[in-house]
Formats: sequence, structure tokens, C-alpha cells
Amino acid sequence: MKVLVPVKRVVDYNVKVRAKSDESGPDLSNAKMAINPFCEIAIEEAVRIKEAGNAEEVIAVSVGDASSQEQLRTCLALGADRAILVETDESVEPLGVAKALKEVVSKESPDLIILGKQAIDGDANQTGQMLAAMLDLPQGTFASEVDIQDGVVQVTREIDGGLQTLSLTMPAIITTDLRLNEPRYASLPNIMKAKKKPLETLSSSDLGLDLSPRQNTLKVTPPPERAAGIMVEDIEQLVDKLKNEAKVIT
Amino acid sequence: MSILVIAEHDNSELKGATLNTVAAAKEIGGDIDILVAGMDCESVADSASQIPGINNVLLANKETYKNSLAENLGNLIVELSDGYSHIMAPATTNGKNFMPRVAAKLDVSQISDISAVISDDTFERPIYAGNCIATVQSTDSIKAITVRTTGFDACESTGGSASVNSIENDTNAGVSSFIKEEIAESDRPELTAAEVVISGGRGMQNGDNFSLLNGIADKLGAAIGASRAAVDSGFVPNDMQVGQTGKIVAPDLYIAVGISGAIQHLAGMKDSKVIVAINKDEEAPIFSVADYGLVADLFEALPELEAKL
Repeated sequence: MKVLVPVKRVVDYNVKVRAKSDESGPDLSNAKMAINPFCEIAIEEAVRIKEAGNAEEVIAVSVGDASSQEQLRTCLALGADRAILVETDESVEPLGVAKALKEVVSKESPDLIILGKQAIDGDANQTGQMLAAMLDLPQGTFASEVDIQDGVVQVTREIDGGLQTLSLTMPAIITTDLRLNEPRYASLPNIMKAKKKPLETLSSSDLGLDLSPRQNTLKVTPPPERAAGIMVEDIEQLVDKLKNEAKVIT
Repeated sequence: MSILVIAEHDNSELKGATLNTVAAAKEIGGDIDILVAGMDCESVADSASQIPGINNVLLANKETYKNSLAENLGNLIVELSDGYSHIMAPATTNGKNFMPRVAAKLDVSQISDISAVISDDTFERPIYAGNCIATVQSTDSIKAITVRTTGFDACESTGGSASVNSIENDTNAGVSSFIKEEIAESDRPELTAAEVVISGGRGMQNGDNFSLLNGIADKLGAAIGASRAAVDSGFVPNDMQVGQTGKIVAPDLYIAVGISGAIQHLAGMKDSKVIVAINKDEEAPIFSVADYGLVADLFEALPELEAKL
């Protein structure tokens, strides 16, 4: 069995991103970049499936500019066997990413495709579901447990209010939620080994894809500021303020 | 303009998130239809028909739609999409699950999680954990949209009398099946619908200590939430998570206890009307968004707060 894991290079989750003062976009100059945390969980899950003897090969893939090679090398250090970069200098919307991934899927024919549920930059939460629809495959989104059985995969999903378990025919698409696993750290020997693993580059124009955006970003602005609050001395004062000033409790 | 809103429900009750979504649809303007897809869900269609200003309620009452499987529901919406300019659903885990399938099948770029309507093709949506607000204009002929429910006040739920039309489409994709659901039983309000939310963070130290929040929640009729740190530490289940990748809440009163205030958490609660923060670290970033901050040991403050309410 083959597992494909699409990953995205994003701003590190510790960076507080601000809008540029000319409102043209987020200010990402000199921001530390990293693999999207949910994608890291996806790689971990794929590697665990392989370690459990349920898969022979884990392939990491990314759609982005040449710098995404860095995140693909991280995937290789975490246990992926090889990597593919669909290189494009454009900023690609989830719809375009799904189209590019569809081409990779038809080349590689994976049995399972595991993605992060959401990238922490655009917060769109679309790519996995879109890819599933384009391929007419079942999806188990927001997964907190994945159980591979004979030709089917059982996925427990984090839904509003609790958990839902589905059974999906394979090939299937899974998107990861937080509690699916705790990703490992790459060891130094594995980081060294990763440098020798194959990383293939395809260009989006070779694939004959139109990835041009369908949405125009007119402006990017900071969110409305909250007025400064006050510090209270004790619980008594807090309760008094909530009752008599804010009037949110009675 | 003709808008199809996908109802959020559990086959017996229409969920409040639908009303916020209809409110967003009304800001766009035009005829609004509501799709109720489920099984034995006539009562939901009936509730939907009472929302004022609705043109038609479409009722797809079939085993195929019972568990809102994204493959089946997505295909149904695609079949029904002809003639609609906008297809909208609340950005619940359900809406997030099926809507991108609809968008992909229609070859349109989805606009996720809109928090404001500027015009029929231009919307605001938060990006980077709400640290930036993007104003985006869609060039697609059909706009596939999920709605951040906290961005829109719920519309009226009664007074209307739309007709309910049964539809017979059966779009069973046959690739996924429902095994089971474990929904936490609670007398407390749902996190996203509660007027008061009290959340605990890593400062709670363990899962047992979350019981310190129970008495306060009971007295205030509050829902109980948690930060990602508390979820990651295994104190409480993920369905309690408030934040960028959890639930987005905007209650009248939000009480953050032992939560430092990482940007990912603030993204999920900073639109609350009144925010209270209780933390022993006076430097904690949560105080920067709090209306009322109290520097205190939560193990002393919580019992005292419960007693004083």
C-alpha cells in the first residue's frame, strides 16, 4: 500500500502575523517558515501506518515555490520515503492545489491520502475535501483515529459535540485533527539521511494546469482592536463589575 | 440573485447556526431557499419554513442523507445547484465537511468562513488566526460560501410560511458508511450557542480540576470550553477546544481561567462581548484582550467566584 501526504509550507505557528500598513497583504517579511502543524500530524500518521506494516511507501508532496523543498526534506527526515514538489511561483488557492494534487494522485495511485485539515495561514479548510470530490473518493475529515482493515479504513472524526466513526472504501482521503497523534522530532541521523532521499520536481505548467486564482484579495486589514480593559483587585470587585458595570450577570 | 442555504440539523431540530447563515444570505439579498437533507426530518423542514423571508424549503428525506455523509450530501447539492448564484452553509464541522466538495465539483473557489458581507461577490474573512481580515472578491459564477456564525446575528425564527417541497433525488455515492456517533450528553448549552462560556487552560493542571468550573458554569448557565494547550495535555476532549482550529465563540461573557492567551486561542474568542481573564501570571497575553483581568491563583479564585455568584 502507498500513502500520499500533501504538505504545505506556512508561517510558523508562533509568529503573530500583521497586515501590511498599505493593506496589500499580510506582512511576511523575514517570518520564520515551517511545515503546517496539521500536515506534520499527517506525515506522522502515514509513517506510523508504514511502521505498523500496513504500507510500503510514504510519499510527501507539496505545491509551492522552490523553498517548499525545505518542508519536504523535513517530511523525509520524519520518515517519508520520497518527495514530489509541484513547483509554481504563483499563490495557489485550495482549488488549484487540489487540481495539482489530482495529477500527482493519477500518477502515483496511492491507496490512502492523508492531509492536514487546515493550513494555519489561509485557514480555508478545503483542500482535502476538494481533492476527494475531484477523484470521487470518500473522505474522513478531522480524524482523531484511523484504523486500516481489509480494503476499508475506519475513521473517527472530531465533530461538533463529539465523535463520529465512518467506514470508507479505499482509496480514501483523510484529513487530520489535533489528537490523531503527537508528531515525533526528526533525529540528526535521519535529517542527514533525508538529504539523500529522492525529491522530484514537476512544474505546474508541465502538468498543463491552470492554477490562476478565482478570488481577488482587495485588501488585508488588522482586526478591530478591543478597548483596553482594567485589572480588578479581587473576586468581589470582579463580580461587582460584571453585575453593575458590564451587566452580563445578575 | 438566488441563494441556497443548507440547513444544519440533527434530523429532529433545526440548529441555530442555520439562522446566522440565513442572516448572512439576507445581507447578500435575493430569493433564499433552504435545503433540509436528512432522514425523518420533517420537523426540521417545518421549522425552516417558519423563518421569515424564505422562498422555498427543499426537503430531501432519505436514508442516504441521514448522517450527513459529505459524499452523498455534496452530490445532492451539486444536482440542485442549477440556477443558484450562492450556496451557503454555516462553518460548522458539517458545513466544512461537505461544502468544499460542492465547490470542487462546480469548479469554483470556495470562500470559507465569511465574517461580513460587503456585496454579492465581496466578503470579509479572517486569515492567520484572525490576526488579519482579508476582503476577497470572488470571480466565480456560483459562490460557495461557509459562514462564521459569530459574524452574523441570528435572524428571526418564526413568522414565515414558506412552502415545503419534497425532492426525490437520491445521490448515494456508496463509498462511505456511518458506524457510530458519540455525542457528549450535557445539560449545558452548546459552546457555540452559549451566552456565557467559561474555559480552562493549561493552568488547570489536570482534567479533574476542570470540575472546579462546573459549579460556576451551573450558576451562570455557561458552556465549558478549553484552550488547545489543555486539549493537547489530555485534560479534556477536543470538542471543548476554543480557538483557531477548534470552535469559534462570541458569547456575552467569556471567562478564561488559567489560559495564557496564545494567538490561536484568542482567534476563537476575542469577539466575545465581555472577556474576563483569571491568571496568576500578570504578563499573560490574555490580559491584553480582557475587559476585566484578575491576577490570582485559580485554585483560590474559582471557589470564591462560585460562592459569590
